[in-house]
Amino acid sequence: MQLSGGAQPLPRPLGGLSSFARTLLALVVITAPVLAGVLPEDRADVLWHVYNGGDITVEGPELLVRKKVGDSLSLTAGYYEDMISSASIDVKLSASPYHEIRKQENVGAEYQHGKTTYGIGYIHSREPDYIADTTFYSVSQDMFGDLTTLTMGYRRAWDSIYRDIKTPQGNLINDPTFHQIANHRGYSLSLSQILTRNIILGVNYELLTDQGYLANPYRQIRYLSPGGVGFTLANQVYPNTRTSNASSVQLKYYLPYRAAITGQYRFYSDTWGVKAHTAELDYTQPWKHWIFDGSLRFYTQKHADFYSDLFPRANYQNFMARDRELAAFHSITVGAGASWEFRVPGVTWLSKNSINVRVDHLMVTYSDFRDALVAGTYGAGNEPLYKLNANIFQVFLSIWY
Amino acid sequence: MSTMTRALLAGLLCAALAGCATPTPWVKPYEREHFADPIMSFNRDPVSSVYLQHVFETREGAHGGTGAVGGGCGCN
Repeated sequence: MQLSGGAQPLPRPLGGLSSFARTLLALVVITAPVLAGVLPEDRADVLWHVYNGGDITVEGPELLVRKKVGDSLSLTAGYYEDMISSASIDVKLSASPYHEIRKQENVGAEYQHGKTTYGIGYIHSREPDYIADTTFYSVSQDMFGDLTTLTMGYRRAWDSIYRDIKTPQGNLINDPTFHQIANHRGYSLSLSQILTRNIILGVNYELLTDQGYLANPYRQIRYLSPGGVGFTLANQVYPNTRTSNASSVQLKYYLPYRAAITGQYRFYSDTWGVKAHTAELDYTQPWKHWIFDGSLRFYTQKHADFYSDLFPRANYQNFMARDRELAAFHSITVGAGASWEFRVPGVTWLSKNSINVRVDHLMVTYSDFRDALVAGTYGAGNEPLYKLNANIFQVFLSIWY
Repeated sequence: MSTMTRALLAGLLCAALAGCATPTPWVKPYEREHFADPIMSFNRDPVSSVYLQHVFETREGAHGGTGAVGGGCGCN
């Protein structure tokens, strides 16, 4: 831009605006209502989780600690571990059963100024063939006499994907010829609204974009071929980009007696053609020092456009996938939990403690993913549809200080 | 500056000025005791809900839109 009279360019943030616009903007900022938020409680949780189903066992510890520093800052640190032992239908078909450990650390901070809360965080996850780094940022504003909380969030993630191979000596190493990357971005908007003295509403929207290597390097498609079991395996070919939209609404109601019921619904769609509906109903009932929870979750999805359980021939189309996460299926999860609150006599710095147990049973019924392991008996494409039943167990100790 | 931009900024100014006269909360602070009860929290035990979300997201095509952030992994 050419400036007259030897004037220096304005700093970039306001340089493109006229004096009228700058004045208006300044007024908007100055007169914006000063409102406030609430920081999380000082609390620590230690959890042990177990997932068992589909010949996969995943278990491990999780730790989450939150501590306020002064009146305006809250810090969070966490650790999570998955010890995986897998002989799933996928690895039996196109890979080898394996054991591995995934470790994840996370740190975060929330800073409160007036009725605005700023959040920032970092998550690092690593396993022998996958490293992921995620950062996230949020701004939250309480409004209208604290009946409304509006939160905007952004997250960014970078993944490095490797593929393990077995050496002649039987050791697992990263395949030196395979190293891929994937990048992810997420933009979210959340609203929490107190509707009446007994009802609170939550609305969330998130736009996600994924770019890079988005397939699973161990899984393969299959296509019809004569002889043998009637099919041949080949590498999957995924698009390098995906854009997803997810919207959810939650409604929580305090019943006429001391208990709460929650209804949730989420709609998801993406540019791969996956459309999913999730509905959940939760009931919470306190009784003396106990809190009992019950939940019922229903999930259904349509398969991705380029998914097929069995392609008619090799190189049938430009993108081809057989990941069952992209198949058409529905699932039902039934869950129950119990929490017992107690105090430790003589330990004054602990305000309260609880021991918690939760069990969920997951039942997945696939509509177009067949048990290819029995193709020799039924013929390729005629195998029974695959079903997955899994038990998910959590036990954790929580302390407030 | 275009008419559209002026109108937008003027609208923002009006909205901000309206904030000076904050709407009267229809649920008074003394009527909100139920929301102080932990059973009314959308996320009473984050350590548990983050884990369950991770379990579902590694087995389903859908992800996001729940208001929580999880780390990436090759968990499929």
